[in-house]
Amino acid sequence: MIAGLSSELKKKIAEVVARYPKKEAAILPVLHLIQRETGAIGADEERWVAGLLEIRPIKVREVVTFYTMYHQKPVGRFHIQVCSNLPCSLMGGEKVIDHLQRRLGIKIGETTPDQRFTLSEVECLGACEQAPCMMINFDYYGDLTPEKIDGLLKGLD
Amino acid sequence: MACSKAWTRHVDEKILTEHFGLANLYEIEAYLERGGYRAVTKALQEMTPDGIMDEVKKAGLRGRGGAGFPAGMKWSFVPKTSDKPKYLCVNADEGEPGTFKDRYILTHNPHLLIEGIIIASFSVGIHAAYVYIRGEYEAVAQRLEQALAQAAQKGYLGKSILETGFDLDVFVHRGAGAYICGEETALLESLEGKRGHPRLKPPFPATVGLFQCPTVINNVETLANIPAIIQKGAPWFLDKGLAKDGGTRIFGVSGPVVRPGIYELPVGTSLREIIYTHAGGLKPGKKLKAVIPGGMSAPILKADEIDIKMDFDSLAGVGSMLGSAAVIVIDEATPILDVLKKVAKFYAHESCGQCTPCRIGTSWIHKIIKRMSAGHGEKGDVDELVRLASNIKGKTLCPMGDAASLPVLSLAQKFKNELESCLKDGSG
Repeated sequence: MIAGLSSELKKKIAEVVARYPKKEAAILPVLHLIQRETGAIGADEERWVAGLLEIRPIKVREVVTFYTMYHQKPVGRFHIQVCSNLPCSLMGGEKVIDHLQRRLGIKIGETTPDQRFTLSEVECLGACEQAPCMMINFDYYGDLTPEKIDGLLKGLD
Repeated sequence: MACSKAWTRHVDEKILTEHFGLANLYEIEAYLERGGYRAVTKALQEMTPDGIMDEVKKAGLRGRGGAGFPAGMKWSFVPKTSDKPKYLCVNADEGEPGTFKDRYILTHNPHLLIEGIIIASFSVGIHAAYVYIRGEYEAVAQRLEQALAQAAQKGYLGKSILETGFDLDVFVHRGAGAYICGEETALLESLEGKRGHPRLKPPFPATVGLFQCPTVINNVETLANIPAIIQKGAPWFLDKGLAKDGGTRIFGVSGPVVRPGIYELPVGTSLREIIYTHAGGLKPGKKLKAVIPGGMSAPILKADEIDIKMDFDSLAGVGSMLGSAAVIVIDEATPILDVLKKVAKFYAHESCGQCTPCRIGTSWIHKIIKRMSAGHGEKGDVDELVRLASNIKGKTLCPMGDAASLPVLSLAQKFKNELESCLKDGSG
């Protein structure tokens, strides 16, 4: 059992599970909802979800590790995901990554010691007309330059 | 310039992006004011399910996701006599690098998609549809959820739509970051709550699909074309295209062009016109080197190959493909080795791991290219890339094997001299 899932969340989870003829099909949306509240899907969360959906915990682990958006350990408060795919790199995506690494003092895949930022490199985000682009949590930012990035980072509370 | 005037005749007529300029088109009131949901009313109240299917077949609408399968034909493969429930899965996974068109439809015109979903479901006899939308599009998914709630509130979804006795529920299902889930059977596995491992075909999803039931899987843009076909008829739609197939395509142009973005143009518009007339050509000081015409999986075209009609058959004729109509423009200053490195990294990362040739082949290709990129390329490396890529092609369960192989083959063959000049003992 996970400590402290809000009753509101549990209600939402029940609603989502009811959308499918088989409970197991709700695993992706349920994991999204839980991760939003807990920050990561650890072993406790896996067991809880397995119990809820009446599947073995290994099935949950398979899903958590297959899809890139689930975290087994929490990421920083601001998760910066930079596209390193072709359309972005044609427009200077590599420079964006270099600038962020220097500015945050961390490398791709790392989190700042104050748990404020995690920097990740991701594949195409589907916003190539605004290349180079990145996401900060779930918000998209495009046409990035070092100056624009500095402004964005300053604007985060 | 080989692009004739005839190729530009319908440029001003849009099917999907007509009212994109309206700030609140995603609100049902604004959509209704623009004649929205009339196609649903016509389809449900004046047409038969078979009549709709015939109209879509006659319109020559081919799938906009990548494979280009005729949509009406796909619907007709669903057995009419099955006593199992039938499902519609809308593919909004949009992961093909260079592709961002469905995001525009979902954000600006979600009700157009919903109309398409209702009409398709009515035609095939479906009462539950799932929109599988890529996980990163969270805001887009919220917009769609809101549009669905509005449609239900107005009586276009739910029980007995327009009092016809036809029921339909539509659910939004977010993915979680896996390119492979854009492949239709991987999408089904993922929607069932599993890893996105493609299934062996046959059986095809039309007979054994979601939850082992008959299933139609259509791309967002494909379904968004349905309301216009119903409203204006198959001949009108067919005439929109400049090739054998009907309608328009939303071409997404990216790379160093003056105006990157989406352009809705007739199927069969020339690639040169898309790049130079609509996207404004390359940025000042840049010169065209090559173009990937249909998303990253499509074999590359050199600068002198762009006088080509952008339709499925024309591109297949020159050994490439229209795919998702995502045009990635590459300029002279970009080394082909850099392009190859991005292509190889992507497929090595996204291989689901199920089939050995794809799992191992993509990572070997990536390793060789990384070595070449680090200045340690050896004589024979380019041939080795061709050998590896050839050994993936056609040897996997799903089309991702070909998708990973074809761009590598085309780059290695068309730019062999440039790539060999990067090798240690290269003569260049």
